[in-house]
Amino acid sequence: MARIIAGVSSSHVPAIGAAIDNKQTEEPYWKRVFSGFEKSKEWMAQAKPDVVILIYNDHASAFSVEMVPTFALGCAAEFPPADEGWGPRPVPVVKGHPQLAAHIAQSVILDEFDITVVNKMEVDHGLTVPMNLLFGSPKEWPCPVIPVAVNVVLYPPPTGHRCFMLGRAIRKAVESYPEDLRVVVFGTGGMSHQISGPRAGLINSKFDKAFLDNLSKDPKKLTRMPHIEYMREAGAEGIEMVMWLVMRGALPEKVDEVYRFYTVPASNTAVGHIILEPHHRATKKAPGKAKKPAGKIKRAAARATSAVRRSR
Amino acid sequence: MAREQHDYDDIPGTFVFDQDRSRQGFGINMFCMSLMKDENRKAFKANEAEYLKKFNLTPEQTDAILKRDYNRMLELGGNIYFTAKLGATDGHSFRHLAAVMTGSSQDDYANMMLAGGRSVEGNRSKSGKVAKSVKKPAKKSAKKPAKAKVKTRSKSRSKRG
Repeated sequence: MARIIAGVSSSHVPAIGAAIDNKQTEEPYWKRVFSGFEKSKEWMAQAKPDVVILIYNDHASAFSVEMVPTFALGCAAEFPPADEGWGPRPVPVVKGHPQLAAHIAQSVILDEFDITVVNKMEVDHGLTVPMNLLFGSPKEWPCPVIPVAVNVVLYPPPTGHRCFMLGRAIRKAVESYPEDLRVVVFGTGGMSHQISGPRAGLINSKFDKAFLDNLSKDPKKLTRMPHIEYMREAGAEGIEMVMWLVMRGALPEKVDEVYRFYTVPASNTAVGHIILEPHHRATKKAPGKAKKPAGKIKRAAARATSAVRRSR
Repeated sequence: MAREQHDYDDIPGTFVFDQDRSRQGFGINMFCMSLMKDENRKAFKANEAEYLKKFNLTPEQTDAILKRDYNRMLELGGNIYFTAKLGATDGHSFRHLAAVMTGSSQDDYANMMLAGGRSVEGNRSKSGKVAKSVKKPAKKSAKKPAKAKVKTRSKSRSKRG
């Protein structure tokens, strides 16, 4: 049986992609951003997912104003990088997992999520930048990726609650897939930023930190947040953060926060990143230590000792 | 017909790309999409006004594009992810456009971002209805309905009790 082993969220700022492509990652401005993902790459190398389900939004690359699907599921065998006006990013073609994607489509639609099935699609920085942040810049991506594109460009995007429920439906779908696969769900976008109009440049670190706290501990609270609050407090484009709730919905109620990183700015944007794992129950040997790495199952303990910084 | 009013129209310095603007700005955004192809970028650069005739734009929209008035493009239904393609055609990044839209110099804008970005304080509301430029009242006003609910709940509980 397939299962979701973790949820990861990160911003997908295009300038981060440009910094990688132009080999500027060692410059102080960018080093500050990339250094926050070193531990995450270590974590990912240990987690070794068989499949990534990546929630992102298209930025007028695959979908123009001609068609705007609210939720679109990438069911193709591969997804080439899109030309976003500067030529396609020099990143590997993303390989899909058409079988699992087909299973998810069938499952979530019968679960009343009328998702759009996409069999041919190019993917932009919204998908490829988080892949770089978590996997580095290999010649081939180490595992297949199922893209889930969420409309957050044309108002209104789906509500946070709807996103959360889609995550739940995805989890149900994954857990009913017969093959033994380890799946990681990515939520991407955010954090606070506004890149349009005279209010551009808005950053709200207080909002972002509260969002990260609630994402771990009280996601239901976030599912009730209306769009106006995202836009007012976190910038017009900060509303992208609803996509993180798809990731959170795909995890059980109780999670362990394995890692967190936050920095301002990357270009116009606050960069946030979090790794959550389903809460590991204490083993028989260490009953009272559920929250500590030592009390987790061996695998998690091994990861923790590999110096993954804990935020708490 | 005048534009229908929405709660988000109260956010200062912000043009939310909603269904009405999308309908109104279809031509602007389709023009911008066309710039994803190199041959179109060249054709546009060769004769901008002539190229724009293909896109069923209003005179105001054409004018805003020719003048690179990015705020006006947003107001007339353009969306930033689309208009950024026009920016890219001119060789400009998102950050460059952001500085232009805020009326800052590139240096001033870059420094503002390095110092933590534009504060939300004083930038929440045009009308001042939401938070008189500080956060605490906003929280209070947001919490009021919740408190009211709790009260009714506790009342009904006490009735039951």
